[in-house]
Amino acid sequence: MTQKIAVAAEHTVKSFGQGKASVRALDDVSLEIQSGEFFTLLGPSGCGKTTLLRLIAGFEAPTSGRILLDGADVTELPPNRRPVNTVFQSYALFPHLTVAENVGFALKMQGRKKPEVDDTVARMLALVKMETFATRKTAQLSGGQQQRVALARALAPQPKVLLLDEPLSALDLKLRKEMQVELKRLQKETGITFVFVTHDQEEALTMSDRIGVMSAGKLQQVATPREIYTAPVNRFVASFIGETNFLPVTPTQGGARLGCGAVVAAAGEGPVLTIRPEQITVTPVDAVGAIPATVDAQVYFGTDTHCHLRLSDGERVTARIPSPAMGETGVGIGQRVGLVFAPHAARLIRE
Amino acid sequence: MAERGFSVSKLPAFRPVALGVFLALYLPIFTLVVYSFNAGNSIAVWDGFSLKWYLSAWENDAVKTATLRSLYIATFASLIATTAATMAALGTTRRKAFKGQTFIYVMINQPLMVPEIVTAVALLIFFAQIKVFTGYQGLGYLILAHAAFCIPFAYLPIRARLEGMDLSLETAAADLYASPWQTFRYVTLPILAPGIAAGAMLAFVISLDDVVITEFVKSGGQDTLPTYMLGQMRRAITPEVNAISTALLVLTVVLLTCFFLLTRKRNQ
Ligand SMILES: Nc1ncnc2c1ncn2[C@@H]1O[C@H](COP(=O)(O)OP(=O)(O)OP(=O)(O)O)[C@@H](O)[C@H]1O
Ligand SMILES: [Mg+2]
Repeated sequence: MTQKIAVAAEHTVKSFGQGKASVRALDDVSLEIQSGEFFTLLGPSGCGKTTLLRLIAGFEAPTSGRILLDGADVTELPPNRRPVNTVFQSYALFPHLTVAENVGFALKMQGRKKPEVDDTVARMLALVKMETFATRKTAQLSGGQQQRVALARALAPQPKVLLLDEPLSALDLKLRKEMQVELKRLQKETGITFVFVTHDQEEALTMSDRIGVMSAGKLQQVATPREIYTAPVNRFVASFIGETNFLPVTPTQGGARLGCGAVVAAAGEGPVLTIRPEQITVTPVDAVGAIPATVDAQVYFGTDTHCHLRLSDGERVTARIPSPAMGETGVGIGQRVGLVFAPHAARLIRE
Repeated sequence: MAERGFSVSKLPAFRPVALGVFLALYLPIFTLVVYSFNAGNSIAVWDGFSLKWYLSAWENDAVKTATLRSLYIATFASLIATTAATMAALGTTRRKAFKGQTFIYVMINQPLMVPEIVTAVALLIFFAQIKVFTGYQGLGYLILAHAAFCIPFAYLPIRARLEGMDLSLETAAADLYASPWQTFRYVTLPILAPGIAAGAMLAFVISLDDVVITEFVKSGGQDTLPTYMLGQMRRAITPEVNAISTALLVLTVVLLTCFFLLTRKRNQ
């Protein structure tokens, strides 16, 4: 199966400033995004997500490397000649134009005929359920409504790729959930490639076909949400997405030896073993194959209880026990218990 | 009692001083306006209400030509000044900070700092040479001179508007297939328009009431309304001058009101 590559970055480097004060916002990023894909760039603040989007859109030229759209090198092309549209974090709606004029802006710039523009605008406003607001000025809209207009405006010229820079971060939680569903629906209906930027890991996991995790200007891992969560390649990815435990280990054949002497089966390679708290079962201390540990503390979280444990070599581990309907977890502080890792849950990773 | 910080209005004698200042500012103007309706020939002795001085000014051909000349010069001067100021504002704000920025800023605002009389003498000498050279005696000199000193007045409101404009709007326009020219034409210019209109109005008013530079630069028979009035004052003073002044005052107030409406923060 060969899919078309909609967006590609080849060894892209972007530095700001000169000499000692220069910042490497992107450090040799190579990336391929498939046509029709919902691709998410995930990473902490300042890791270079916006910079990568700006390079794809053409607002910024890479210091070195190339940007390709549909296989064609567009590195030198100005933004107005790239078949790519952006939904800006601040929306950047034109304050002097009405909602309909905003949505029709790109078509007008392309010199389309008025009936065609009107028709497309009407369709786009219907798509984002904003038909009744067509003649309003954008300053009179709520945040969620502005977001929809920004979306309709970027979709109207039917770009090959839509870039979305944290479009939901200004919305409250409820509206954000609604818009997540809405965005996903729009992406399916239009079949347009979405490159979505967020620093919200849950948003990334629920919406994306694939996620690219970034840190300090480098792409750490590109994979499906499930793979990112279950098989992170390094400590950064494992800790940025969800909660996890890290244990220093000595790799052995098909697994690793913990500091306390226990040997566990684990895939992957590297000097660190990672295991998610929900993949650890707390058992009686004498259960078969259990790693002995002592309970340090317990924190009740509603759906489950976090059980902080200490192994015999002093390493700390957190286990997540589903809270029983009644009473306590049955484990007390200071108690000696056993830990059992779910099969295939433990993985070896790089630093 | 909570400390409310320093407040000028709490100082002793604040009220009488404020009142005194306002009186000093507005009493002369008030008197001027009142005596423009005087029925007698004096600008100091009240003889009853009449509109005769307005009529007399209206029918005075010298006043009429001076007024038209003033409006003509102000129109062209403010047009030139506003165009130059718009470009200057775009050039000084639409880019990263550069070396010599402050210098250029000072250069643009030079007319606000150099004493007007110096500019006037300089222009007189400079234009005199050109006149000898070309033989041209027309209003062009006045228009150019006015345009020059009106530029900073047009520049300031335009620059303020530009600095308040969200730069991402231009990025968004480029993203939506607008060429640089289209971005300027359909996004920057319309958003800038209130600032440009305000700048033009301010330039117009400033040009309209200039005396010093006009007095030096004008050739014979090129009186503007203010220089005509100055000439009249040297002879017999009648309330006709009050009437003309009042009319000029009304026009200026109207234009400045428009200016403030245009430069108000949220002008939706
Ligand atoms: N125009 C610029 N000049 C100098 N440095 C810049 C510029 N733009 C970005 N940077 C730097 O590049 C790095 C990456 O910035 P970028 O905006 O891409 O981060 P981000 O991942 O989008 O962060 P956030 O989640 O906060 O939006 C940062 O260290 C930032 O300070
Ligand atoms: Mg960003």
